[in-house]
Amino acid sequence: MRRFMSKYNKDHYGGGLMLLLGVGILLQGATYQVGTLSHMGPGFFPVALGAILALVGVAIFFTAERSAPHVAEERLPPEWRGWILIVSSMIAFIVLGTYGGLAPATFAVVFISALADRKHTIKSAIVLALAMVAVCAVIFRWALDLQFPLFGWG
Amino acid sequence: MIAQSLMDLWQGFGVALQPHNLMWCFFGVLVGNMIGVLPGMGALSAISILLPLTYTLSPVPAILMLAGIFYGSMYGGAIGAILLNLPVHPPHAVACLDGYPMTKQGKGGTALGLTMIASFFAASVGIVVMIFASALMVKIAFAFGPAEIFSVMLLGLLAGGTMSMGSPLKGVATTIIGLLLGVVGTDINSGTQRFTFGIVALSDRVELVALALGVFGVAEFLKSVNRMQVVGSGARVRLRDMRPSKAELKQSFFPMLRGTLVGVLFGALPGTGPVITTFIAYALEKKVSKTPERFGHGALEGVVSPEASSHSKTQMDFIPTMSLGIPGDAVMALILGALMIQGIAPGPRLISEHADLFWGLIASFWIGNILLVVLNVPLIGLWVSLLRVPYRYLFPSALFFIAVGIYSTNNSLFEVGEALVFGVAGAILLALDFPVAPILLGYVLGPMVEENFRRALLLARGDLLVFFVQPISAGFLAVCALLILLQVFVALRTSFRKRRAGAGLISHGVDYTVKL
Repeated sequence: MRRFMSKYNKDHYGGGLMLLLGVGILLQGATYQVGTLSHMGPGFFPVALGAILALVGVAIFFTAERSAPHVAEERLPPEWRGWILIVSSMIAFIVLGTYGGLAPATFAVVFISALADRKHTIKSAIVLALAMVAVCAVIFRWALDLQFPLFGWG
Repeated sequence: MIAQSLMDLWQGFGVALQPHNLMWCFFGVLVGNMIGVLPGMGALSAISILLPLTYTLSPVPAILMLAGIFYGSMYGGAIGAILLNLPVHPPHAVACLDGYPMTKQGKGGTALGLTMIASFFAASVGIVVMIFASALMVKIAFAFGPAEIFSVMLLGLLAGGTMSMGSPLKGVATTIIGLLLGVVGTDINSGTQRFTFGIVALSDRVELVALALGVFGVAEFLKSVNRMQVVGSGARVRLRDMRPSKAELKQSFFPMLRGTLVGVLFGALPGTGPVITTFIAYALEKKVSKTPERFGHGALEGVVSPEASSHSKTQMDFIPTMSLGIPGDAVMALILGALMIQGIAPGPRLISEHADLFWGLIASFWIGNILLVVLNVPLIGLWVSLLRVPYRYLFPSALFFIAVGIYSTNNSLFEVGEALVFGVAGAILLALDFPVAPILLGYVLGPMVEENFRRALLLARGDLLVFFVQPISAGFLAVCALLILLQVFVALRTSFRKRRAGAGLISHGVDYTVKL
């Protein structure tokens, strides 16, 4: 695994990703009517762009640095806790916003994402989240009159 | 023509000084300045977060506010760079090189004071150029048909993708991704649903605010969570320290002038970001200096000139945006998007049809810049303490403002989900060293590029030569070709040098790399 990792670097992955994306778009775009140059259908532009993207992907892949021993490149450890918590905080906002209202959604997004930072304790995250709920109630509900009830079911 | 412009400008001051407009301009520069100071928040996130607020406003105050946020955040960004060596705002990364050493020598206040003077001077020059150039641009713009518009947009996209920092190929890739995101939705010519995958909410295009906040907000937080180190230095800046001495003023006058000129010249080129402009200004200053060895150890010129160049460039950026409807970079793309939300079609007719908006905006630049200088002097202490707000309080609150801001755009939680998806995708792209700013540029220009490309070829009966036959269009394409050749040349030279120098040595061009 390690040997595999060191043989390919960011440019290889990036180029490969662009190639896949470009081909995918090209295939999906081809399902719309492509047409001719003088009478272009809705599929023409996406197909052309998908093809260019795929080519650019290939170019990125082949111009990638020949895996020079990247000493200079600092390898940061992955930050799974932070990433997962930030993503789930936004999902929580959407779910609680749909079924619970603005106040619980606000609390959830601030509380969960605050926990993503290692320096936060549960207590300090709760304090921050409650403070933001208060700010939210004043600014968005009272001052801006946002169409989003603070509490509401369904 | 000049007399006419001056008359219009006079009226513009009338518009900008109306209490209601003045209030929003003030609000914009204040908030922009504040957000610009905060670590990890640049002009792009500031404008995207406050974009939903403009829906309730009429067009003139909305644009005055957004523009105010833009140049306000530029003033703010310099503070963090000079006092704390925080290069979190790319255009101000250069200011760290000499600004922070000055702070360590106890001259941080002077550096800030001079930066403010230089910024104001450069912005004023930029505004004057803008007044006269816009009228000229409009005259040219009326000669533009679909072929010309397509070619100039292609140039803008190409320059925007390749001239930002990092790999040009990756810039092109993200530009294309942006163009494709602009395709999502209902095709205006045939009514075909493209890339909606049966989701009704997607049939009305991808939401601009969701895209911008996902790519510049959520992605940024994903990238820097637990990695943002805010160093609280004990820098104290008093009002008294900010007044530069006469000798220092004299020393910085010519660098200021040169920086301004660099900004004006590069501002005229579409797509050259402010980052590259400041680096060029810095390099130029080092080259003309009799004592280049002082640079990097607190040379006054190294702070003043790049800051001046970024401010004159900022003003110049508005010229193609307002007169042609072609934004030069991501910030301008956002402002253009805001105009379109207000129902104002950008393009050559904007200046004549919405004279109050255009001239009001220009007048407000001056008023806003004066406000900023006045604001920054007494509030500098407050800004410095703001710099110490820990990131762990900052990003959860910002995430909440992002979520609510997107919701308020169309009262839709689906769009909050859109932002989440774009955020994750943006973070992946950032991790693979792709620049994300071109995505927004591509997204805003996408529909216009497609429309003009189709129209031009329909008129020419499918003959691709139409883009090369018409002189204006051919000219733009020639510049495109030149740009590509230049990039290829630079890439070849770099790899050649690297091979000669042996692996392990970083070539000269690469150590300027700033991640956008």
